[in-house]
Amino acid sequence: MRNQKNIFANIDNITVILYVVLVFIGWISIYAAVYNEEHHSIFDISQRYGMQLLWISAAFVIALIILLIDAQFYTAFAYPIFIGLLLTLIGVLLFGAEVKGSKSWFKIGSFALQPSEFGKFATALALAKYLSTMNIKMQDLKTKLIASVIIGAPAILILLQNDTGSTLVYASFVFVLYREGLSGNVLLIALYTAFLFVISLLMRINTFTFFSNLVLTGDQLLIVILALIAALIIYVTQRTKKFWMIVVAGFIFSAGLIFSVDYIFENVLEPHQSKRINVLLGIESDPKGAGYNVNQSLIAIGSGGFAGKGFLEGTQTKFDFVPEQSTDFIFCTIGEEWGFLGSFVLICLYVGLFLRIIFLAERQRSIFSRIYGYAVASILFFHFLINIGMAIGLAPVIGIPLPFISYGGSSLWSFTILLFIFIKLDAERINVLR
Amino acid sequence: MNNLSDRKVVIAFIFLIIGLIFILRLFYVQIINNKYKIDSDQNVLREVIQYPARGLIYDRNGVLLVYNEAAYDLMVVPRLVKEIDTLEFCQLLGIKLEDFRTKFYKARDYSRYKPSVFEKEISSKEYAKIQEKLFAYPGFYAQTRTLRKYPRESAAHVLGYIGEVNQKIIDNDSYYKSGDYIGKSGIELSYESLLRGKRGVKRVLVDVHNREKGSYMDGELDTMAVTGETIYLSIDAIIQEYGEKLMQNKRGSIVAIEPETGEILALVSAPAYNPNLLVGRDVKKNYPVLSNDELKPLFNRALMASYPPGSTFKTVQALIALQDGVINEQTGFPCIKSNVGCHNHPTATDVVSSIKMSCNPYYFSVFRKILLQNKSTSLFKDSEIGLAQWSKQVKKFGLGVRLETDLPSIQKGFIPDVDFYDKWYGKGRWAFSTIYSLSIGQGEIGVVPLQMANLSTILANRGYFYTPHLLKRIEKTDTIPSIFKIKHQVGVEAKYFTPIVEGMLKVVEEAGGTARRAKIDSIQVCGKTGTAQNPHGEDHSIFIAFAPKDNPKIAIAVYIENAGFGGTWAAPIASLIMEKYLKGSIKDLEKEKRILEANLMEVVQKKNKTSIH
Repeated sequence: MRNQKNIFANIDNITVILYVVLVFIGWISIYAAVYNEEHHSIFDISQRYGMQLLWISAAFVIALIILLIDAQFYTAFAYPIFIGLLLTLIGVLLFGAEVKGSKSWFKIGSFALQPSEFGKFATALALAKYLSTMNIKMQDLKTKLIASVIIGAPAILILLQNDTGSTLVYASFVFVLYREGLSGNVLLIALYTAFLFVISLLMRINTFTFFSNLVLTGDQLLIVILALIAALIIYVTQRTKKFWMIVVAGFIFSAGLIFSVDYIFENVLEPHQSKRINVLLGIESDPKGAGYNVNQSLIAIGSGGFAGKGFLEGTQTKFDFVPEQSTDFIFCTIGEEWGFLGSFVLICLYVGLFLRIIFLAERQRSIFSRIYGYAVASILFFHFLINIGMAIGLAPVIGIPLPFISYGGSSLWSFTILLFIFIKLDAERINVLR
Repeated sequence: MNNLSDRKVVIAFIFLIIGLIFILRLFYVQIINNKYKIDSDQNVLREVIQYPARGLIYDRNGVLLVYNEAAYDLMVVPRLVKEIDTLEFCQLLGIKLEDFRTKFYKARDYSRYKPSVFEKEISSKEYAKIQEKLFAYPGFYAQTRTLRKYPRESAAHVLGYIGEVNQKIIDNDSYYKSGDYIGKSGIELSYESLLRGKRGVKRVLVDVHNREKGSYMDGELDTMAVTGETIYLSIDAIIQEYGEKLMQNKRGSIVAIEPETGEILALVSAPAYNPNLLVGRDVKKNYPVLSNDELKPLFNRALMASYPPGSTFKTVQALIALQDGVINEQTGFPCIKSNVGCHNHPTATDVVSSIKMSCNPYYFSVFRKILLQNKSTSLFKDSEIGLAQWSKQVKKFGLGVRLETDLPSIQKGFIPDVDFYDKWYGKGRWAFSTIYSLSIGQGEIGVVPLQMANLSTILANRGYFYTPHLLKRIEKTDTIPSIFKIKHQVGVEAKYFTPIVEGMLKVVEEAGGTARRAKIDSIQVCGKTGTAQNPHGEDHSIFIAFAPKDNPKIAIAVYIENAGFGGTWAAPIASLIMEKYLKGSIKDLEKEKRILEANLMEVVQKKNKTSIH
């Protein structure tokens, strides 16, 4: 049944083309971001575009190797790979090198590798393997717990490395769980919690005066409003005891959350994290401090206009006004030099890729492949959401790379592995029963 | 689990919605909102002002009077300033520690990223010391400016000085921007628009560290700085300096004019100051010292000090009387000392001898003839008609009117007219007998030394003058303002000047003349002494003169404050200047030595109140 010719024949060309185009856009953007009239050779590895060219070549080799390995290997070795990853993450905590406050790097000479990047595909494999096991039902508490452990273990290890951004990526698996049967209410509660968190942050800085002598803090006012809403819901809808209790429980949960916001904000989050959130919400304005990156990023993107300033003509990125412009803020280069047109095309490419992956996942006969596919789409989407959202001032500044585009070998390789395992699984979908 | 596969729609929908939100946001940021485009330009565009070099100033013979010397403004970019040894830095700059803090915080409040001026106008000598150590203070760098330099250290009142524009100037004149220099006095002020040149602007791109990264649009919008015009003054540096040397330890002024053109050859006001004192950083230190000095060195006496003309004014009286026909060349008046005092001398039997001996009663009579021409039977009315006419005639000599010369803040002096006495005494309540002291140039009359030099010019030219001026030519255009080419006639025919000039020659040349000390070997000098009454102390010594008698090359007026009789001090000084100018050297070194050694600074109390010469 296994025919070498078929391996390439069944590969989904659209996904591969989207991948190659994005990688190419990435390299062009890195070239533009660090471009400097003195350097000409694109192979100059003292420059980031030269290095990225090396990473890209290696990534293509990795992709080829993945395609050549039997798809069975990934299902069979999902757990060993995952355990290997956990051990590596523990290893990096003990022996790793610290870069920009995160102890998440292995350094071998001048070559540095970030194991947490590879956690994504390993976790995706393990989760897919577990959830595709016979007789597993998402509704069972045990299933939820074990799934949480698979997602949570690497997340916590990465959080211990002080790499908040990479930790948050693991939240994206909620899409996978949802697709596999997790109640939609979980998503709604998560959304409601986030909403309440933001509202509470916005209101807690103010006090409100009623009837000239009744002074309420923002938090108190919010609870009063929520109590009124709860009472209204009970009054208007059915008055069964069960519903009554749900509403009351919801209210108590909300009140508890509101009171814990202060605590979380002051004690759990690092000061720079609180500040970034404040700046995003417009509570604090600090264009020269925490808000500097975002402000400069918006200036770069905004000044691109409709058609952009042209390749290598971007003044904001070329003259280093935007920090981290070849890694976390790479989108600025595209926004400035290619304008709205370029940004529009890029977003379409990404959304197209995500939808294509969902389409491919849905056509799998193997549950393992489908779950893995959703994991791929969710992880890529989460990076896209945070990275571009941050660059255009819609998300807090969290340093995670833009898939396939940001400079960096570890992230490019990890995204390549993540995607190409799925491409391989998809290519062999006919050969797999489950 | 079929319904679970519907969830793909929910997930796909979320992905699409987020993509759509991003596109809408980008549409707003990139297309609708213009703020970021402006901010972007602010980030990368710097307008670097190209300061033009100010125009050079030469004297009439091409001697350099003013040039530019490189100076340095120490700039600071607060963000780049690291921990430094503040104390050592302050010592290096010669500033106090609290000044350092004030300046630094001011710069930081303005901008942490953009450069501000930290210390202005450091001379190249001082900068040489600083430069060696500047590398140790990141965030500080020097920007080149220019300072005025006066190599001859003279003619401070003529040249004036420049200073940074103040807010008032910036508000009133759109050309000026903060940090520009402007002429504050003298020629620097009068010819500001010629000398300043034109500021250029270079638009450069800078990176986040404020490093220049090249020009904007390949320099298409840049403008070059245009150097100010070079101008040549009519001043003769040698004569100017000689005049200043002679005026050491004296108060007063010398103004010398080329009669043929009205060009001012020398304009000395003493005491003077070294113009290099009012340059750059030193202004702050030196200006208050100069302006509080009791001797008022900043005060330009030649243009601003108004004194009575004394007996020199007799020349004008004689000319007006001759022109009016109320006397003729042969008219004589006895020296009756009942109304005005006089010294002992033979009777003046004609105009020539009246000038030579400077007879006061003679001019009492002349002035009476001018005022009382029997045009009315009332003595009061007749005086009024006479004075109105006289006042008009005197003003044609450039007295009592502002001479539109090319130095600012010139005073016009004062020639009394009918209105003045009507206000002073009441209409119809004054007559010749009230105002006769005008006859000998005393009383309410006031003139500035420049006007007196102009009177010498009129006498030298026998009846006309060009407004005295300092601009000889502008290098590129070779023209001067047309107002300096207008020939002003004084309304007295040339023939009436003959006896006056003859008398003035005898003042110097003949025994019994009042200014024998003004004699120059082999040159015919015509002069007239004067003594201005001064209620505050010893009289002022005055001398007006021109030489040679025929085809005169130089006309001069000298005022020496509190020096008494005009023939004693003012006359020899005038003659030394004329000799130096006409012959290039001084023959009678004893005469020169007497002047150089004289100290007339002490305000001497009046010795003899009655004698008027």
